[in-house]
Amino acid sequence: MLDIVLKIGLIGCSLSSAILLIRVIKGPSVPDRVVSLDAMGINLAAITALASMIYHTTAFLDAILLFGILSFIGTVAFSKFLEKGEIIENERRH
Amino acid sequence: MNVVIEWIIAIFVLLGTFLSLVSAFGVLRLPDVYTRNHAASKSTTLGVLCTLLGTLIFFYTSDGVIQSRVLLGILFIFITSPVAGHLISRAAYETGVDLSNYSVRDDIARDKKK
Repeated sequence: MLDIVLKIGLIGCSLSSAILLIRVIKGPSVPDRVVSLDAMGINLAAITALASMIYHTTAFLDAILLFGILSFIGTVAFSKFLEKGEIIENERRH
Repeated sequence: MNVVIEWIIAIFVLLGTFLSLVSAFGVLRLPDVYTRNHAASKSTTLGVLCTLLGTLIFFYTSDGVIQSRVLLGILFIFITSPVAGHLISRAAYETGVDLSNYSVRDDIARDKKK
């Protein structure tokens, strides 16, 4: 029973990633694309969790945490780039 | 593995998949950036939290170990995903992305005009 449910979950998460990819392609502004790429990254963490349950191994569980952290850092960097024009500011303000 | 535990895991996984699909359709169909961000940041977060909770229960009942990496992943995604949504929404407003025609009030523009 659980095998079929996990495969249904895998199909659903893949379908939602494909739908988010449509928004990445045709989104009219840049923040649209960033929002849906962030959601795709978090979906990828869910897909990794489902795959580790299907293969019954705990070796992929680091990757879930890693996908969360990388998605957050990418979104923060891109929103700072959009807002201020540079990601790391070099000028020192004494 | 117990049948009841198996049903609980199945319900968590199906709920997570359903919420993830709902958020994807919201991102596809809603009219402007802010409503899409609303759909993406809340619903995706809750869906992934349900799936990861199912994973935590699965490995606890099959191996007898609470996997701290999954627990940390739940905590981290729960904390950071709404913050990322807030940051990208503020960046969208600062760069001048328009609201949709259906929206009726804009408090930031009203406060800046004063």
